[in-house]
Amino acid sequence: MTVRVARSFFLLMAGAAALAGVPAIAADLAAALRNLGDPRPAIVSQAIVDLAALDDPAALPTLRAFQEGKLRIDAAGSLLVPGEDDTFVDAATGTPITPSGELRTPIVNNRVRRELKPTIAQLELHSADPAVRVAAAGVLMKHLRPEALGPMKGALARETDSWVKSRLAVGIAELELHSPDESSRLAAIAMIRESGDLALRTDLQALLEPGADGTPAETSEKVRDAARATITSLDRKQLFVSSAANVFYGISLGSVLLLAALGLGITFGLMGVINMAHGEMIMLGAYATYSIQRAFLAYAPGAADWAIAVAIPAAFAVCTIAGMILERAVIQFLYGRPLETLLATWGASLIIIQTVRFFYGAQNVQVSNPTWLSGGVEVMHGVVLPYSRIAIVIFVALIVGALAATLRRSTVGLEVRAVTQNRAMAASLGIATRRVDLWTFGLGSGLAGLGGVALSQLGNVGPELGQQYIVDCFMVVVIGGVGNVAGTVFAALGLGMVNKLLEPLLGAVLGKITVLVFIVLFIQRRPQGLFALKGRAVEG
Amino acid sequence: MNISPIQNPRRAFAAAIVIAAAVFGLAAPGRAADKDPIKVGILHSLSGTMAISETSLKDTALMAIDEINQKGGLLGRKIEPVVVDPASNWPLFAEKARELIQKEKVAVVFGCWTSVSRKSVLPVFEELNGLLFYPVQYEGEESSWNVFYTGAAPNQQAIPAVEYLMSPAGGEAKRFVLLGTDYVYPRTTNKILNYFLKSKGVAKADIMETYTPFGHSDYQTIVADIKKFAGAKSTAVISTINGDSNVPFYKELAAQGLKAEDVPVIAFSVGEEELRGIDTKPLVGHLAAWNYFMSVDTPENKAFIAKWKAWVKKNNLAGGNKRVTNDPMEATYIGIQMWSHAVLQAGTTDVDAVRQAVGGQVVRAPSGFDIVMDAKNHHLHKPVLIGEVGGDGQFTVVWKTDGPIRAQAWSPFIPDSAKKVADWTYPWVCGNCTEPKYK
Amino acid sequence: MDPTLPVWARLHARREWVVFAGVAFVTLVLVPALAALPSEGSPIRLPGHLIPLFGKFACYAIVALAVDLIWGYAGILSLGHGVFFALGGYAMGMYLMRSIGAEGVYRSELPDFMVFLDWKELPITWWGFQHFAYAASMALVIPGGLALAFGWFAFRSRIRGVYFSIITQALTYALMLLFFRNDTGFGGNNGLTDFKRILGFPIHDPSTRIGLYVVSVAALLGAYLLCRYLVVSRLGRVLAAIRDAESRVMFCGYDPAAYKLFFWTVSAMLCGLAGALYTPQVGIINPSELQPANSVEMAIWVAVGGRGTLFGAALGAVAVNWAKSWLTVAFPDLWLYLLGALFIAVTLFFPEGFAGLARWKRS
Repeated sequence: MTVRVARSFFLLMAGAAALAGVPAIAADLAAALRNLGDPRPAIVSQAIVDLAALDDPAALPTLRAFQEGKLRIDAAGSLLVPGEDDTFVDAATGTPITPSGELRTPIVNNRVRRELKPTIAQLELHSADPAVRVAAAGVLMKHLRPEALGPMKGALARETDSWVKSRLAVGIAELELHSPDESSRLAAIAMIRESGDLALRTDLQALLEPGADGTPAETSEKVRDAARATITSLDRKQLFVSSAANVFYGISLGSVLLLAALGLGITFGLMGVINMAHGEMIMLGAYATYSIQRAFLAYAPGAADWAIAVAIPAAFAVCTIAGMILERAVIQFLYGRPLETLLATWGASLIIIQTVRFFYGAQNVQVSNPTWLSGGVEVMHGVVLPYSRIAIVIFVALIVGALAATLRRSTVGLEVRAVTQNRAMAASLGIATRRVDLWTFGLGSGLAGLGGVALSQLGNVGPELGQQYIVDCFMVVVIGGVGNVAGTVFAALGLGMVNKLLEPLLGAVLGKITVLVFIVLFIQRRPQGLFALKGRAVEG
Repeated sequence: MNISPIQNPRRAFAAAIVIAAAVFGLAAPGRAADKDPIKVGILHSLSGTMAISETSLKDTALMAIDEINQKGGLLGRKIEPVVVDPASNWPLFAEKARELIQKEKVAVVFGCWTSVSRKSVLPVFEELNGLLFYPVQYEGEESSWNVFYTGAAPNQQAIPAVEYLMSPAGGEAKRFVLLGTDYVYPRTTNKILNYFLKSKGVAKADIMETYTPFGHSDYQTIVADIKKFAGAKSTAVISTINGDSNVPFYKELAAQGLKAEDVPVIAFSVGEEELRGIDTKPLVGHLAAWNYFMSVDTPENKAFIAKWKAWVKKNNLAGGNKRVTNDPMEATYIGIQMWSHAVLQAGTTDVDAVRQAVGGQVVRAPSGFDIVMDAKNHHLHKPVLIGEVGGDGQFTVVWKTDGPIRAQAWSPFIPDSAKKVADWTYPWVCGNCTEPKYK
Repeated sequence: MDPTLPVWARLHARREWVVFAGVAFVTLVLVPALAALPSEGSPIRLPGHLIPLFGKFACYAIVALAVDLIWGYAGILSLGHGVFFALGGYAMGMYLMRSIGAEGVYRSELPDFMVFLDWKELPITWWGFQHFAYAASMALVIPGGLALAFGWFAFRSRIRGVYFSIITQALTYALMLLFFRNDTGFGGNNGLTDFKRILGFPIHDPSTRIGLYVVSVAALLGAYLLCRYLVVSRLGRVLAAIRDAESRVMFCGYDPAAYKLFFWTVSAMLCGLAGALYTPQVGIINPSELQPANSVEMAIWVAVGGRGTLFGAALGAVAVNWAKSWLTVAFPDLWLYLLGALFIAVTLFFPEGFAGLARWKRS
């Protein structure tokens, strides 16, 4: 290998001043802070470690500024923390200062970020605000370092909040696993068992693993037994947790499928035609979201987080209109020729794709998640439920509820149900079936548009977006059966669930293929889907 | 360009060939007149799934050709680009390549992106003795007499990237997730990396290898697995996920709270062009390894970007001022420059003469390095740069090699290829041999 | 039609036979002659790159016949015929891979991609494919077998219409995913390529190419006669009756499922044949042939040419692909618009395609 890795890194450090000697551990706060501005990464790292050892919350403003990339260094080498209105505060003294010469920004790379995080958290344990301490304890637990043991014990002694206390106790237990004293190791294992924290399983496992000489890292048989017992209890919990997570992933995937397929199911039920351009309606919905978001960024950047709230009705409207145009321009002439409709709507989908490509370019476009949908809630170790997915599940539930209510309670819904069940009879009772077709097709397309809004939060927005989902939509409709919202709901959630349960066993691809084969066999048993309407008219 | 095949009239094909049996030998074609333009083929998908990536390479090629024409062309002749659209359809690549060489009689072809498209045209170029410049980073394990590779081989991208991740600056990663789309480039890259990591003492249990199908969009389970795998040890993800799946993957990473400082992801297929479709704020700190970044601060790159912006504006290309430059575009640009220098040096566009002249050409690339075409293995010597994603959709270079690295067409880390040599000079004259052809 | 007439007279009227002979002469004799006989540079010489192109069109035309056989005559719209085409192509591709022998990149008896995946021996699915006869029969048997199994399930439970169409889409999608996997053992995304020879003849040699073209056209003409024979036979007429009124046929004592299944399987085998001829001519077979969109396009060839008329279907395949070949070069941006408009226009205005248009003009 001809690559020389580490050396050239230093070349990048602009203005690297050759300092004569490397200072040893900085004895006082001022010296440690000064070292943060050193161009050599090793010294910066050491400085952060020193600041953690000093455990003085006075260093916090500087470290936070460093983490956020706001720290500046002036020509004299002083570290400047930005205050209000372009003023600066000297990091070492805490007094306002006028910068001398040109300012530069110290480089923050992943390594520095990794070291800054626990250090800041550790110092924040001194905060008077319990909320800050709770957050800090959480961060600290994820980034435990042996050096933090002392300060953590100190923090535990002065802590009042019970949650922070328990977190700190677990963190200390984790570090104490390596204590030379057998009884403190046993106490630490007992503590871990009591906490049930799954993140610590690997630490326990490490005690049992044979080292290079073949003997386990843990010498005491007693401690090893305790560790084994705790691992078993943690494993039981792990199994439960990952099953729960899988169920959530299944519901989440299922609700995405449902959103994509709901509109298709309704139009198929009513008109007996499959709209091959359905995927493109989803795509149009996603592009509507993109356009609204861009408009917000251009004209009201402050409110950009709420673009999605505007995008929901907008996408619905755009896709409803597009769907109605498609119905009037093409589909109404093909009534009674479902196979031709299949091909004509496929042709329409090609035209829609190419048009979008023409106006927006072939490249994917960027739809960002609003801040209130970013991140997620960690329900248990390793199981994060992202807000965006939770929001989609709720969103889908609302839509299905609204749709069911419309179909059940409103006059239009009554008409739709009547036409679905027996078109000829409905027509002879005076229902304008063509008008019902038009509105239902619009509604189905509008629902696809809502699906587009949701999908834009999870994945790509590009001209080919719809093509990715169309086969999945077919499957949901085939399983769910025609003309029944409940069937579509069960089919989508079931498919999502089966997919996610098979994925860990078979891998993503084989899982999906298995599902498809299963569907072909399933059709055998129930050619009309899960919830077929009873009635002779359906056979057509 | 003498391409007429000498045929054996007796080589009839089964009983079906009634006519073919009477085939006569063919005369050589006449030479093009001296003042006719030099035709150059451009073989990039302008429609279909690959249009996203390949369209900008076509634009770059046209720009580079225009630049040469502005200076008076080559050998007193203008260059005439012949653009065809293989529409992301692999068999169509072969068909269009044949058309370019046989019908249009182009002197050289710049084109292809995916490995499968290259594999599809390769037999055509070898049969008809054409010349192809291939501008994309690829899996190696190949060296053809008729192809010049201006993208990176695995040792010019993947291996330095992993060395960086294992270094203190990169976070001293101990566990590795090799995550890719299931096709040949990720498979090969991960195969090489597996052997490489093994040679560095990384245990099998510390490597997790996962593949997803094309267009995979649900990364919930995989990201959760990565979290579980990461556990306590410092972990890095090496991603060879193909273009379209990247957005859902990164969005899922952000949603599940995996930050770059916890588990950095280094990608080999995500460049400036791909980032245009992603909201980069949650990605800040994730990495990519390339041989060029748009943010490289050199006078050559400034000139290159200015040229590109002017070209986009002049031709009113879609995307307008949002268009970016990226690594394969730089590679295309270098390739065209090298070919034009070689034509000048050879004094002809004849494929055999130009091929001899391309080897050893040096071009000052936008990345600021003097890039050499290796006469032996037909690959470029390239520098390796590692960039961190910034909030603005650009990369900040955090590490780079001292100088260009020679490509290894055959990876020494794969036992079946370790002994293979790609050397098109005497006495080897072979892209795939374990001993010289002429001893 | 009078069953006492000789077979040839039942297939076509005398005048139609003259047209058929004319087409056969041009495609089987004139085209190869123009490609091979005149010297290079002569104005009447057919350029070399056109022969594989025409050969490909012939393969597509066979596919169109197959699709028309079940769509035009049984009313079953398959949006998954790409599956059978690809399976035939893969069977032939496997033979071509095996006949590379040890001349591959890794100088191994195993195909390159297997060496690459560290496989030490040939998987069982590949056994026997070094024999041309075995591979050629597999190119028919595998698509036929799959069609038989799939059709048996589908027709028995009386799945039809749109339902059937979208399930065939799912079938091709599932197979695409399966073939994309490297672990499935058929070369993953790259598929099978870099062929060297077929039956000992170098595959890139122009005379081999002409030979393959001649075989393809002969297969097309043969497939045409076979389909024509089937549709004018009693079998075919029962089928048409099923298309028009399935319940009534059933009540007359026929089993519609058996008739459908027979034609469906024949159709799939014709597709397999087309695929097997296609692979050596284009030099690569890979999962992109299994994309759902490809199968939909096959239906449009038939719709454009005129379903229910075999001649029209074959012509439609050639016309659409010729247009595609030309337009993707001349107007790459417009091609999708045109294709989309073609889908809509044909279904809305010319439900009987070219053939219908011609008939309408004559009357």
